[in-house]
Amino acid sequence: MQVEKFYYDNKIVKAFSYATVIFAVVGMLAGLWVAIQFYAPAASLNLAATTFGRLRPVHTNAIIFAFVGNCIFTGVYYSLQRLCKARMFSDKLSWIHFWGWQAIIAAAAITLLMGYTTGKEYAELEWPIDIAITLVWVVFGINMFGTILKRREKHLYVAIWFYIATWVTVAMLHIVNSLEIPVSIFKSYSWYAGVQDALVQWWYGHNAVAFFLTTPILGLMYYFLPKAANRPVYSYRLSIIHFWALIFIYIWAGPHHLLYTSLPDWAQSLGTVFSIMLIAPSWGGMLNGLFTLRGAWDKVREDPVLKFMVVAVTCYGMATFEGPLLSLKSVNAISHFTDWTIAHVHIGGLGWNGFMAFAMLYYLIPRMWGTNLYSKKLATNHFWMGTIGIILYAVPLYWAGFTQSIMWKSFTPEGQLKFQFLETVTNIIPMYITRSVGGALYLTGALLMAYNLYKTIRQGKFIANEEAEAAPLLKEIKPGKEYWHRILERKPVAMLVLSLIVVAIGGLLELVPTFLVKSNIPTIASVKPYTPLELQGRDIYVREGCYTCHSQMIRPFRDEVARYGEYSKAGEFVYDHPFQWGSKRTGPDLAREGGKYPDSWHYNHMYDPRSMSPGSIMPQYVWLLDNKLDTSSTAAKIRAMKTLGVPYPEGYDAIANHDLMRQADSIAGNLKKDKIETAGNVEIVALIAYLQRIGRDIKAETPPTPKGESGSVSLNQKSKQ
Amino acid sequence: MKFIHYLEKTSGVDIYGLVSLGIFVLFFAIMLTWVFRADKKKMKEISRIPLN
Repeated sequence: MQVEKFYYDNKIVKAFSYATVIFAVVGMLAGLWVAIQFYAPAASLNLAATTFGRLRPVHTNAIIFAFVGNCIFTGVYYSLQRLCKARMFSDKLSWIHFWGWQAIIAAAAITLLMGYTTGKEYAELEWPIDIAITLVWVVFGINMFGTILKRREKHLYVAIWFYIATWVTVAMLHIVNSLEIPVSIFKSYSWYAGVQDALVQWWYGHNAVAFFLTTPILGLMYYFLPKAANRPVYSYRLSIIHFWALIFIYIWAGPHHLLYTSLPDWAQSLGTVFSIMLIAPSWGGMLNGLFTLRGAWDKVREDPVLKFMVVAVTCYGMATFEGPLLSLKSVNAISHFTDWTIAHVHIGGLGWNGFMAFAMLYYLIPRMWGTNLYSKKLATNHFWMGTIGIILYAVPLYWAGFTQSIMWKSFTPEGQLKFQFLETVTNIIPMYITRSVGGALYLTGALLMAYNLYKTIRQGKFIANEEAEAAPLLKEIKPGKEYWHRILERKPVAMLVLSLIVVAIGGLLELVPTFLVKSNIPTIASVKPYTPLELQGRDIYVREGCYTCHSQMIRPFRDEVARYGEYSKAGEFVYDHPFQWGSKRTGPDLAREGGKYPDSWHYNHMYDPRSMSPGSIMPQYVWLLDNKLDTSSTAAKIRAMKTLGVPYPEGYDAIANHDLMRQADSIAGNLKKDKIETAGNVEIVALIAYLQRIGRDIKAETPPTPKGESGSVSLNQKSKQ
Repeated sequence: MKFIHYLEKTSGVDIYGLVSLGIFVLFFAIMLTWVFRADKKKMKEISRIPLN
């Protein structure tokens, strides 16, 4: 048979690998910066762009989409060519993909720092960037499928299935969760509200972890681990089960982020059940990875690449065992809203994603430059700094989370809450300090790697086009009775469609009933749309990322009801586009904040939180006191909300600013009584208006009749009133 | 007002539970049968693709 000669494109792999290293350092620096702000609030520099609420999304987005994203593309562009025995489908598409993705990262960093955010975790980017992501993702998809279709290897190796499932699921998640109505070029409102928004968001959020941080990295594991160990994967059968079970089950588990919230109980239970089941495929995959090294453990002692991989796969196992445990309601009651969650995700982020990326870079760079690694010793030092860094990072946070939760729930014998919220925070400051030391150590290790790779590159010569040969695929001779999966392995498009069906089932069955329930969600008659000023204030709340530290979801626990007030009801959030339930309580819950303190308290507290609560770690928001409120957007915002079904009266957008100014002047009047002179048209006034509104509506509810129904009307009825 | 009985009030919602369970059992039954009926030699061959 005629053997064809062709060349692998290493140049695109090189570009993505450089981006991976750069954004690893950038993302970790941002992480270290926000970590320091926990015990040194002045590190926010009193600038809007560098306060925790804006910097934290920069950190999470940089790590997930810039660091891990570029790592995925590095690995896919390297392994896909070799697994398909073909050059990438189109060099042009490869470079559009590369520069498109880096442009998105740059746009994301700038807009997030400027406060343009949708307020939905890990999906904070505003609508023009969302569209750009979709386009670049499609380019990546065409390039990937083009390569698969022109391959010279009959079978699709398991790593490629993981890439296919990643591509199709991320596309689905991104589009569904990003449905929003634009108000201006950099402002939009989520299509969904309240409970539904929360369900869609965490269906997305959880599966971003599953299909961006897990499945593509598993694909890399199934390629690079056998490569580095120079032996085939332990069980190919197990890898098939791992793949199908993982993508089928993962998509259902999202609601475990919403246990004890106002989400309907059945959806919470579904999330728990599927999360527990996830242990099986996850551990199957972990064992498959570790057993691949059977009889090769002597190599692990020698080879830094394998060292990183062993710890990475072990961390994958730990995180995927812990995840299901955290999905049990009894454990979640303790862990949720605390630093436990942060520790958990960093076992995955630092251990699994970070170490897999490092292993891959240490493997790839010497090979692409036709040389050996500059220093094995430096790489081993990096390995130990990283490992100790992870432990120093995670252990204090587990401790902090557990301690704080127990303190929240402590009562005195007289039945009073034992601790002020602030006491529970100041108590764990030493843990925050230790955590940042761990993070700094991990970052130093990454810098060591950058240096090591730089020296490696300097001593080698880059092979831009790597020569290879293989026989072309012959036209299929009609196969007889054949094993189904092998047929599937030869049909990438069928694989794509089947993967989509498998992941769509879970999504549909979970989301649809919640949307049907909409007509039945007990809406509360006294819950009214926000006034124009409150709406503007709410947008400032979203812009400053308040949700990164404050929840708006009181769970039905004795301590939470005693501390914050009546527990939250589904019907309270029907006008919340987007929902702002939050996922972490660095500060107290705000779901019943309205009316708790006078307006002047909020004014002073925003100017300097420590003047009102000594020892507070909240940043100062001095600019809110001077920034003029942009009232030119009010009409467009009211119209957008009306489109989304918020029952403002007809033509209200035209007179909204009139109401806005009246309310603003009244708040300015209140402040004046407390000797604070301020104009009405500043941002702080709008924010105070919003904070004073949160959670009050339900208190005005009429007492229930014996039937328990008249206090509520459906959304449709209400809009007619 | 009470915040319970969401599901009872939604007509025909039980079909979702039944369909889910059905799909779940079927999915795994089919996958496992096929995987364990697979040809061992071919599996070995495919698993060596990255090494070739």
